[in-house]
Amino acid sequence: MDNLFFTNEHIMIRNMVREFADSEITPVAQELDELGKFPRDLVDKMGELGLMGILIPEKYGGAGLDMVAFATAIMELGRADASVAITMTAHSSLGSLPILMFGSEEQKNTYLPKLASGEMLGAFGLTEPDAGSDAGATKTKAVRDGDEYVVNGGKIFITNVGEAGVLSFTSQVVENGENLGIAAFTIPTNTEGLEIGPKEKKMGWRASDTRQLFFKDMRIPASSILGTPGEGFKTFMKTLTSGRVSIGALSVGTAVGAYERALAYSKEREAFGKSIHKFQSVGFKLADMATKIEASKLLVYHAAWMKDQGLDITKEAAMAKLFASETAMEVTTEAIQVLGGYGYVRDYGVERFFRDAKILEIGEGTSEIQRLIISREIIKDVQV
Amino acid sequence: MKIAVLVKQVPGSESVLPILNDETWVDESLVSFIMNPPDNFAIEEALLIKEKAGEGEVVIVSMGPDRVKKTIKEGLAKGADRAIHLEEDGQIETDPLSISKSFSTVLKEENFDLIFTGLQSDDTGMGQTGVLLGEMLGYSTATLAMETDVQSDSIRVKRELESGWFQWVKLPMPASISIQSGLNTPRYPSLKGIMGAKRKEIKSIPVSEHRVGSKMQTIEKVFIPQTSKQTEMIEGDADSVATRIVEILKTDLKVL
Ligand SMILES: Cc1cc2nc3c(=O)[nH]c(=O)nc-3n(C[C@H](O)[C@H](O)[C@H](O)COP(=O)(O)OP(=O)(O)OC[C@H]3O[C@@H](n4cnc5c(N)ncnc54)[C@H](O)[C@@H]3O)c2cc1C
Repeated sequence: MDNLFFTNEHIMIRNMVREFADSEITPVAQELDELGKFPRDLVDKMGELGLMGILIPEKYGGAGLDMVAFATAIMELGRADASVAITMTAHSSLGSLPILMFGSEEQKNTYLPKLASGEMLGAFGLTEPDAGSDAGATKTKAVRDGDEYVVNGGKIFITNVGEAGVLSFTSQVVENGENLGIAAFTIPTNTEGLEIGPKEKKMGWRASDTRQLFFKDMRIPASSILGTPGEGFKTFMKTLTSGRVSIGALSVGTAVGAYERALAYSKEREAFGKSIHKFQSVGFKLADMATKIEASKLLVYHAAWMKDQGLDITKEAAMAKLFASETAMEVTTEAIQVLGGYGYVRDYGVERFFRDAKILEIGEGTSEIQRLIISREIIKDVQV
Repeated sequence: MKIAVLVKQVPGSESVLPILNDETWVDESLVSFIMNPPDNFAIEEALLIKEKAGEGEVVIVSMGPDRVKKTIKEGLAKGADRAIHLEEDGQIETDPLSISKSFSTVLKEENFDLIFTGLQSDDTGMGQTGVLLGEMLGYSTATLAMETDVQSDSIRVKRELESGWFQWVKLPMPASISIQSGLNTPRYPSLKGIMGAKRKEIKSIPVSEHRVGSKMQTIEKVFIPQTSKQTEMIEGDADSVATRIVEILKTDLKVL
């Protein structure tokens, strides 16, 4: 598997991120989770290593790497700590990609170099209290007033926004009394009229920053728009396709982190005079976990690789995200089972993976929505 | 400032080490190799010296079969400027004297100001190559540097001695110095470093062209130490037990 999608550089990247994660992230992961503490130091270090700008082209100060490299890095981070991994992932695929894909040259020059170095974090606001899976139900409204838009509304569950310097968001656009549909905007987070709520208290991803935000008569220059009015919805939906691959990669990392701990434990732990791995029901459980992880990995890398070839990955990204996230939930559940009571208490660090896994079936499109996308894609090819 | 860092590829501490049937070496096809961990500190020290001077060159020098290119690239990704690979085919050399001789013939013309090595390699653990090479090239030599301080044409080195003692020595350059592990914090290669390493020069030189003289050392046999557990229950009164213990310590274990 190692060389199917990988160049030598991908392998070096994987080794580097793994070493970094093992020495710098794993030792503090438990504490970050316990305290719900945002990993600012680690973000700075990831910035120095180039990880925060992994997808941003070299001309804007990034590493200019491909989706396979991105997926590899996320898996290795996720294997240590999902909160750290989602901070980097949301920053890249949600916070930076829309600007890269649809921003004007001025917007790119303003934001991308700072996003690439990690000096500035990025966030992306699509979800609203009444528009989750049904993102088209966006109520936030931007009304044109001369050279400005006046924005009212709000977003919920926005990753990184309390720590971010730049926010992209979707909104209905109204010009001269006419509703032009949904567009996307990019603004600095210190814009007047943008109010950011307190950090959500969550089941998992506890060190990651998730908040609600409100737009209250927020005036922004007309040039804040990303692309053209009316195209915003498509814009953000395109971004989500890459986002799905990255959540698939994070799912693989989360599953691997729990699986490796359970595997090691199964060899050390003895019951009835032998290592519990020798009991078929434990050994086979681990065999199933390993097999499903391998399948998830292949789906994720294949979707990433297809994206790098410039192919459409609507179906493949949805499949990768769906299968990998459900695998993560299953594997982390079974990992606790392998550890018994030690899996349930916090000291052994396995229950953290379990709590971190659930959101993977919800964020960037729930499992139900992935199945909806897949079912629509597969029926397209059937001629009757 | 031109600095060479001798870097070796060794089996990782978590790798399996299956011994070949003829017991001459391990089956390398099953071993997972990594950069000799102490060499990381030597590379870091060289990079720090170069960065502080604001000029110079750090050159990774490694001997071994094709597989060591991976380790060389890691050094380049961390920031070294180029590399020299003494490529072996067939049986790898394990005799430090022969290795140093090959290095000395190749490195002579390079005129390095400094040659750094890790304190020892994690495989055979001889810790001799840097000193032998320094001698052969007529460089001053020191081992176990815990701190370095480069001056105009000399280098001051804090050496670790036994029992918590240290020593500052001043060596005229050129010098060959082994670096104690832990004196700095080796950097990770950055993504830019990894991508940039592709474009850096690795000069391959077949070792066969630079084998000098005959081997002074060969490996007779590689084996896993036999461990055996023997328990002797000593019974009797305190005096006879004590007498028996002294006897064991003196004659069986030879520690008294
Ligand atoms: C920790 C965290 C971080 C997040 N980060 C971000 C972020 O950075 N940016 C952002 O924009 N959003 C973010 N979200 C929001 C996330 O993407 C949404 O929660 C998700 O899309 C689901 O929307 P919802 O919560 O409104 O659920 P709903 O859409 O209300 O769904 C409720 C249930 O109904 C099902 N359902 C809905 N519609 C259908 C349908 N058509 N067919 C079948 N079933 C359906 C769903 O699958 C689900 O089971 C985050 C959420 C969390 C919890």
